[in-house]
Amino acid sequence: MLDGAEGKARQKAMELLVRYGEALGAERFVDTTNVAGVPGQPTPFLAEYYKNYPGGLDAIFSHFDLDSDELVEMPKVATRACHLQGGYDPDHWQILGASPEAARRGREGERYAADHGIEILKTCTPYLVGNVPKRGEHCAWMESSAVIYCNAVLGARTNTEGRESTSAAMLTGKIPYFGLHVPECRLGTHRIEVDIGIDSIMDWGMLGYFVGDVVQEHIPVLTGIERAPDLVRYKHFGAAAASSGGVEMYHIVGITPEAPTLDDAFGGRSPVEVLRYGREERRRTYEALNANASDTNVDYVMLGCPHAALEQIEEACRLLDGRRISENCRLWIFPSRAVRRRADEAGLTEVIRKAGGHVLTDTCSAIGQALPPGTKVAALDSAKQVHYLPAMMGIEAWFGSTADCIDAALTGRWRGELR
Amino acid sequence: MSVREKTPAAGAPAADDEAETIVLRGRKVVGGRAEGEALVTRQTISGWGGVHALTGTIIESRHELKGQSFKDKVLVFRGAKGSSGWSVVFHTARLAGSAPKAMVFNEMTTKVALGAVVTRVPAVTALDRDPLEIIETGDWVRVDGDAGIVEVVKRRAAAKERP
Repeated sequence: MLDGAEGKARQKAMELLVRYGEALGAERFVDTTNVAGVPGQPTPFLAEYYKNYPGGLDAIFSHFDLDSDELVEMPKVATRACHLQGGYDPDHWQILGASPEAARRGREGERYAADHGIEILKTCTPYLVGNVPKRGEHCAWMESSAVIYCNAVLGARTNTEGRESTSAAMLTGKIPYFGLHVPECRLGTHRIEVDIGIDSIMDWGMLGYFVGDVVQEHIPVLTGIERAPDLVRYKHFGAAAASSGGVEMYHIVGITPEAPTLDDAFGGRSPVEVLRYGREERRRTYEALNANASDTNVDYVMLGCPHAALEQIEEACRLLDGRRISENCRLWIFPSRAVRRRADEAGLTEVIRKAGGHVLTDTCSAIGQALPPGTKVAALDSAKQVHYLPAMMGIEAWFGSTADCIDAALTGRWRGELR
Repeated sequence: MSVREKTPAAGAPAADDEAETIVLRGRKVVGGRAEGEALVTRQTISGWGGVHALTGTIIESRHELKGQSFKDKVLVFRGAKGSSGWSVVFHTARLAGSAPKAMVFNEMTTKVALGAVVTRVPAVTALDRDPLEIIETGDWVRVDGDAGIVEVVKRRAAAKERP
């Protein structure tokens, strides 16, 4: 491919992968059969920056996604590839505050990706909508919350790839053999002894936030977890651990696929550090997550980070219980398109709409930098979203349970506390 | 942009400070040569959601560099964390003219490797001594990416040469 025999675009993609592989110190590539990224996505900055370059979306793809100084024409992808979150809900971009121009660009970007053979999932949770890699499969995924799920929960293998490396991998079917592709690099490094019951989604999110903060980019091994979490709890734990730190892989002894025993999790080695998560650590984590908030008047509630599963939308409907949200507050719930379709069919979207809220797809408030006009104080049930949103948008944000958040939507007041 | 000219870069210490230079040896991540004032953090850096790309300013809540920009600095840091948008943020900073002049870091990950590659600035890692112990913010640092060499002129020596 490097010699250009398979076309200019594949040559440029391979050149980028070689630079990247050398930077990593990787000695070879591995074939990948599942790539998740955001190729060709015309963000406002990129659309403006490349507007006078010839080639249309091929300019963004060549110069940005492949980091090539030369313009190339994007060919069809060489392996299974999907498009993650980004752009705007095609049916509700006005609610998200997008301009007609941005919405049009989003549709063009989506068409461009689809025409080149990329599955349009428009979500940070590909594993919730049919892209479930098999154990041991070499993947090249972006989206830190999906990467950690892919590795730890599914036992497939991916590093946290970026927009440029996934774009190149889509064209070549190659990715550097480094890090989590290598079996011995998947072993645990730190032991976390959990001595408190972990049950709710909020508890799993706090535990993940604590773990990411203490292990940073290393591989934690959790002991003392008695009940296996479900998909939603894994999703919130992993997203949090990948935000406060750079966790891409973890083990829960007796529960996750590569850790039947403590010895399997560490590969016979000793942990470099043993840490404890108990009542005190839980309280400190809760306080850290709420450190950005002081005003109890809540004007925005956002659910769906990572994108909501159907049962989370059902839970919101159950908590709303036929009531309307406060006129001082907005409620936006973000699922993938596929989950929204199921929510539509189940009548849940209509329940949310009647309560005064919206079910919106493709993005979230952090990714889309989209808030209801005038938002000053948000309430969130995701540690990941709390980690990012106040810093990015200059607002206050409370963290709590889904019930605390729906209560805030109904009353316009934050009354959450650590229970 | 790498600095290859014979004349010293603006703010660079004079040649007679060479005796006070500390040399660290590591390995190339991205080739090229550049020099500039160090901006140092012992903390990992979150790219997307932690850095404002158009100004190169760290925005992460509770980060020790919050409010400071790495534009035109030699960024000396522990490593990368957080979102997979790390490379996009540093790539965008390059296009916006707010990228660091060079990168020196300790912990190799795919995020930081890809980010350094697309930022197209000299970058070095795996140094024989911990750069976070030796380099302080304000020191003058020369990075030779191809040779994997980082030269550090300590702030006190550098400061006395300044007008």
